[in-house]
Amino acid sequence: MAYTAGKYDCIVVGTGHAGCEAALAAARMGQKTLVCTLNMDNIGLMPCNPSLGGPAKGQLVREIDALGGEMGLNIDATHIQMRMLNTGKGPAVQASRAQADKMRYQQRMTAVLQNQQNLDLKQVLVEKLLVGDNKKVRGIETETGARFEAQCVILCTGTYLRGKIIIGETNYAGGPNGQRAAMHLTQSLNDSGIATGRFKTGTPARIDRRSVDLEKTQILPGDDEPQAFSFMNDRPRRINSPCYLTYTNQDTHQTIRDNIHRSPLFTGKIEGTGPRYCPSIEDKVVRFADRERHQIFIEPEGLDTQELYVQGMSSSLPEEVQLEFLRTVKGLEHVEVMRTGYAIEYDYVVPTQLKLSLEHKDIEGLFCAGQINGSSGYEEAAAQGLLAGINAARKIQNKEPLMIKRSEGYIGVLIDDLVTKGTNEPYRLMTSRAEYRLLLRQDNADLRLTEKGYAVGLVTAERYQKYLAKKQAIDIELERLNKTQVSPGDQDLCAMLEQTASTPLSRSISLYELLRRPELSYKDLSAHGFGAEVNAEVAAQVEIHIKYEGYIEKQLQQVERFERMERKLIPEGIDFMQIKGISTEARQKLNKLRPVSVGQASRVSGVSPADIGVLLVFLEQQKRTGAKNGQA
Amino acid sequence: MHEDTVAAIITRLGPSGVGIVRISGAEAIIVADRLFAAKNKQPLSGRPGYSITYGYVKDRNGNRIDEALAMLMRAPHSFTGEDVVELQCHGGSVVLRTVLERALQEGARMAEAGEFSRRAFLNGRIDLSQAEAIMDIISAKTELALSTAAENLAGDLKVTICAWREKILELTALLEAELDFPEEDIEFIDRANLSASLEELIIQIQKMLDSYRSGRIIREGIKTVLIGRPNVGKSSILNMILNSERAIVTEIPGTTRDTIEESYDLDGIPLVLIDTAGLRQTNDKAEQIGVERTRAEIPKADLVLYVLDITEEITSEDIEIMKQIPPEKLIVLINKHDLREEIAYAREASEAETLKNRLYFSAKTGTGLAELKERIREMSGSERFAENEGQLLTNVRHKEAMSRALEALKNAAGANRRSGEALELLSIDMRQAWTALGEITGETLEEEIIDQIFARFCIGK
Repeated sequence: MAYTAGKYDCIVVGTGHAGCEAALAAARMGQKTLVCTLNMDNIGLMPCNPSLGGPAKGQLVREIDALGGEMGLNIDATHIQMRMLNTGKGPAVQASRAQADKMRYQQRMTAVLQNQQNLDLKQVLVEKLLVGDNKKVRGIETETGARFEAQCVILCTGTYLRGKIIIGETNYAGGPNGQRAAMHLTQSLNDSGIATGRFKTGTPARIDRRSVDLEKTQILPGDDEPQAFSFMNDRPRRINSPCYLTYTNQDTHQTIRDNIHRSPLFTGKIEGTGPRYCPSIEDKVVRFADRERHQIFIEPEGLDTQELYVQGMSSSLPEEVQLEFLRTVKGLEHVEVMRTGYAIEYDYVVPTQLKLSLEHKDIEGLFCAGQINGSSGYEEAAAQGLLAGINAARKIQNKEPLMIKRSEGYIGVLIDDLVTKGTNEPYRLMTSRAEYRLLLRQDNADLRLTEKGYAVGLVTAERYQKYLAKKQAIDIELERLNKTQVSPGDQDLCAMLEQTASTPLSRSISLYELLRRPELSYKDLSAHGFGAEVNAEVAAQVEIHIKYEGYIEKQLQQVERFERMERKLIPEGIDFMQIKGISTEARQKLNKLRPVSVGQASRVSGVSPADIGVLLVFLEQQKRTGAKNGQA
Repeated sequence: MHEDTVAAIITRLGPSGVGIVRISGAEAIIVADRLFAAKNKQPLSGRPGYSITYGYVKDRNGNRIDEALAMLMRAPHSFTGEDVVELQCHGGSVVLRTVLERALQEGARMAEAGEFSRRAFLNGRIDLSQAEAIMDIISAKTELALSTAAENLAGDLKVTICAWREKILELTALLEAELDFPEEDIEFIDRANLSASLEELIIQIQKMLDSYRSGRIIREGIKTVLIGRPNVGKSSILNMILNSERAIVTEIPGTTRDTIEESYDLDGIPLVLIDTAGLRQTNDKAEQIGVERTRAEIPKADLVLYVLDITEEITSEDIEIMKQIPPEKLIVLINKHDLREEIAYAREASEAETLKNRLYFSAKTGTGLAELKERIREMSGSERFAENEGQLLTNVRHKEAMSRALEALKNAAGANRRSGEALELLSIDMRQAWTALGEITGETLEEEIIDQIFARFCIGK
């Protein structure tokens, strides 16, 4: 029988990467928070790849950190390898990636949650969302009948809603990694009018290191001088545990082709839509039949385990087939599988039902974050969790939600894409999704977002001071470079120009102008006595600022145009159907999506620039009519 | 103000004395100053609102295109409520379109259907009761514009632009894939290949832009200018061809103080005949301007009819001017053939060369008219137009978008050549080119890039 078990400001359902950030943010912002987990031993679990970061995702982790989230600190403390990717390219696409010690990552995150003030942890299975007649959230109910009340509920259920594991002809209800699934919560959400859909994803087998001939693979170490994710860590730990590279071959592909009829993807056992960027090996072999080989990265799951992750071999073929094709791969001839790869199907909440604050448009106080919103990836989940946690707390405090614009951060791109455009496959963030990529760099995430994190109360005084000092140092150094003139006769200068094969000067110019030359770096300036006493981060900012000024300026102008439309707000409750000049398709879509600004409306698919022109006139008409009536 | 700067011709196109190009928006005055030079050399930015300035519209190189009056209105005291400059030019579609093109080159965007009204309304310059009407205009005009645009794009032109976009998209997707998936075992693109592809695109687009001239001929007619000293009978010839009294014909030299444009259909070839003021050193101020304008017409003309009076000896000034005209553009009309048999000329061999394509003519009796028509037809190369029709660029909006695409691709090619330039910067230019071409075909979806990546490559863990 149901009983009243407790009362909180905020309840978070789930302790994956979204749930952890949401719970910590709400509690740190002073709200009495309960976080529910299916398993106390699986907090912060990485059920798929044992790594964080990469293009766009690395930027996300740094943004989370700048706002006062936990992910960056947690990976800095528990990584076993770090590598900066895209170093041969420009600063906008450089991104850090870390291999995590999976178990230690979880342990540290668990400890952080358990030691957080205002935060209670309970191992329960949530079965019902409690919603009042007024369409306001009241709380949740567990399978054992415990009712917890709260003003806000944040759902971070990951892939657990009606989770179904599929391995070849075998399938059963369950979450990832041998966990239970939440079989009844979806129904409760549907009963409250929340629309859901079904997605699929998968994970490869984990293999026993002792059975792998790593000598036959290529060793991939991390960077010698890794860069920390958190702006609070100047230098992370220096553990450099390598990954290994090997390849599939024609035997592998033949084995897969011979057994393809047994793949649930092809027998129709899997109904959910899978992600294109994370195809299973059978999908790759079928769709790209002419490829001779595919890469396989073998990644350690931690320092204290023999388990290895086989990136690139995600599969839902029968267990014996998985073993057979794994053994065709060089280095894996005698491999023993410890955990079989599987596909998982799960329910997600259609994200276009959410506001930009991640609150449900119809059910007040209900927030959703992470994979439940149709996204994929630990970083994407954490970013949403953080924002949902912040906004739930802000709501309880009667404050305006925090919304990151597309021009301010990848978090903004991610959330706006999900709630405005929706998604028809598990959504992964990519740098190509960001219009203002050059501004949204991993190196300046603190400069972009620390102020916002401080304003909502998540950024500590220490972090804030550090940010201010960095910002000031950049300004001072830019000014110095601008003011300092060098003349053609300067001997140190001539030496530097000669050494870098840069053309000699014909007249005096500022160091600022000089640094524009592609062949010169701040390091060169420092080496020849033209630098200042600034740390590497400040030097990097100064250099990027000067070298990319033209393009940055271009992007800033684009941002200005973009933001004009973002600032034109659409009042709540407008019936778009009454705006005759807008095409019928656009009217229906706008009515369904209820955008908050003209900018957001313009990104809804099927809405044309002419529709936006009409909408602008209509809004002005409304405003003036309103003003007139107000006066009367 | 809150929106970018737009420009459009706001008077009806077609033969008329005066036409107006309006530039509106935050940078209207800056744009206007770049293309308009006041007689008194003062920039418009220093002038007060509601002022009228006399001066010239200049081309990119600073040459005069037309004389004009610039009417300056400062925000919020204008029709749109923004800074507005209206350039009152001489009528005639060629001049107005040229002035508009200049505004677009200098940073204005082509105004959309109903955009001035929309801005006026949003800035509180138009009454509430007109809001519905404006919304109707926007949606109706847009539909019209869409159908017209579709017509313009029929056939090969659309196919060509779509193929370019496809190519740019493909290249961009390759760049993006390389940026987003640095560890994939795929050779996405090498810089030399990219360079070759970009150069190829640049050449093709440049060629299409060059066809704008021939395209313009089809759309606007063969621009044929009548030039000659005063009173050699230019206006009479014009009238004769047109069989009307369009130009004022008098016996007083210098009656035509301005240029006059007339459209004429020569058995299917559209002709725009432009009568000019007589070429003569003069002290009359208004006429002087007319003479300058006449000289300015020569380089813009597709065909020049240089008119001589059979009763007057050819002057060295005549020869000087004729020499400036490319021979394939020049027909020398020796008028008043009814009065005399031969003209006094030819002292040097070079003069004979200049007069090679000459034709005796009488505006009074009609002698030489049939022959003239035949020569115009020959020289205009009308058969060529018919062949290439599908590939011609005729629309000023299309031209503007295509020019921007070309510019962006050139930037990309430049960045690609400079080794060490970051790929993501290249991508910014490529996306710009793609978006600009998309304005012509009407599709600009970012999502396409991502779809391309996944359709073409086997990517992921």
